[in-house]
Amino acid sequence: MIYVKDAYLNLSWKEIDPGGTILKAGTSLEIKTGDWRIMIPGFVAEKCKQCLLCFPVCADSAIPVKNEKRLDFEFKHCKGCGVCYKVCPFGAITFVKEDK
Amino acid sequence: MGIRERLAGNEAVAIALRQIDLDVLPAYPITPSTDVPMYYSQYVADGKVKTEFVAVESEHSAMSACIAAAACGGRTATATSGPGLALMWELLYVASGTRVPITLAVINRAMSAPININNDHSDSMGARDTGWIQLYSENNQEAYDNHIMASRISEHKDIMLPIMVCQDGFITSHAIENIELLEDDKVKAFIGEYKPAWSMIAGKPVSVGPLDIPQFYTEHAYQRAQAMKNSKKVILDVFKEFGALTGRKYDLFEEYKMEDAERAIIVLNSSAGTAKCACDALRAKGEKVGVIKLRVFRPFPLEELAKALSHVKAVAVMDKAECFSAIGGPVFADVRTACYDLEKRPQIINYIYGLGGRDVRLEDFTFVYNKLDEVVKTGKSGEIYRHLGVRGV
Repeated sequence: MIYVKDAYLNLSWKEIDPGGTILKAGTSLEIKTGDWRIMIPGFVAEKCKQCLLCFPVCADSAIPVKNEKRLDFEFKHCKGCGVCYKVCPFGAITFVKEDK
Repeated sequence: MGIRERLAGNEAVAIALRQIDLDVLPAYPITPSTDVPMYYSQYVADGKVKTEFVAVESEHSAMSACIAAAACGGRTATATSGPGLALMWELLYVASGTRVPITLAVINRAMSAPININNDHSDSMGARDTGWIQLYSENNQEAYDNHIMASRISEHKDIMLPIMVCQDGFITSHAIENIELLEDDKVKAFIGEYKPAWSMIAGKPVSVGPLDIPQFYTEHAYQRAQAMKNSKKVILDVFKEFGALTGRKYDLFEEYKMEDAERAIIVLNSSAGTAKCACDALRAKGEKVGVIKLRVFRPFPLEELAKALSHVKAVAVMDKAECFSAIGGPVFADVRTACYDLEKRPQIINYIYGLGGRDVRLEDFTFVYNKLDEVVKTGKSGEIYRHLGVRGV
């Protein structure tokens, strides 16, 4: 499985940073780690009470919040850990095997 | 010029490190290296250095702290011996793989078991493949000089590899000899200011030690291998500059009476002095013998050594470490490799000697020279993998 930008794979040994040290910040934005997912959460908007218990437990910032309301999942980095599904008291998050 | 003193090897190392004025010195004591951080902690207590001294709970932690300090852009060093070096093992690779400069004073000690606190080279020889540069020191003067030069080599922008400076436990670490020290300001000027390309505390974010996937690990290994290859030139440049400053001229190895030598002994660290003495006695009788003292073992000076041995008839490689390969010691293997491409190869035999502090005497080297004479006269190497002074053999 490849989870780095394809362009990086063509870099020669002279072009990559020595020691694998990453010399800039925020590089995780470029890398789609959502590929690792086996299980996938789903947002059931009509059951959601906007209690916002789910978004602080997400380790991958996959639950965007706008104007104090959570929105649908952003799956680019969601690894399907299921913690959000576990904390939701209203059954507003489903958790099933992802069809790939 | 210089300051005349008389010091044991460990104190000489501590003084070199004081003159460098490290940013961080993490340390865990182990015989016979303990004196190095012991003296240094006194300099810290007396306010002679600005160093952060970290009393860690193991050698594993000592090396971890060195790596962290170096990743924060600091100059750092520690000292260890034998089993202490073994406990650092995992981190030795992390240090060289992360490409951070660290100086490690290795006061060579035998590996347990059976437990033994005395000298041989099985600790640093075991660590020869960890991506560290290795310098070896015959006496306290060389140990001191090597430490002054070590950070310059290790911190060079094209190298960025950690470096071990080895000397023989007790034999030179605890024996007091005359020494010439540099003035503090001269050391400061020689080593200069360390300006790393990146640092974890420089304000610009970096990630150190992330996962390296198969698509990149090979390239990173190649980078490290290239740095080790390139380090030979940097080492020679630093030796040259140091020679101009002190008058003490160093090379990758020292050739002692090798110009017309037909028989040669190759040796590291303190035994070189004994070997030279035996060489002198035989030279006085007109025998064409010489000594090569390896000072730089990693990177291995392959081409240079091959050239130095090209006119020699028989060579005895002295290994103060038994590496249980069933074919000979580590120095022997590399010397044989170096000679393979010679048009006229010398006959090369190996002696494992001086293990666990076994005394190495003048007559031991005379014995080896005599054995080389047999090899030359008969044209037959016989057993190439030999052990010196084993009872019943």
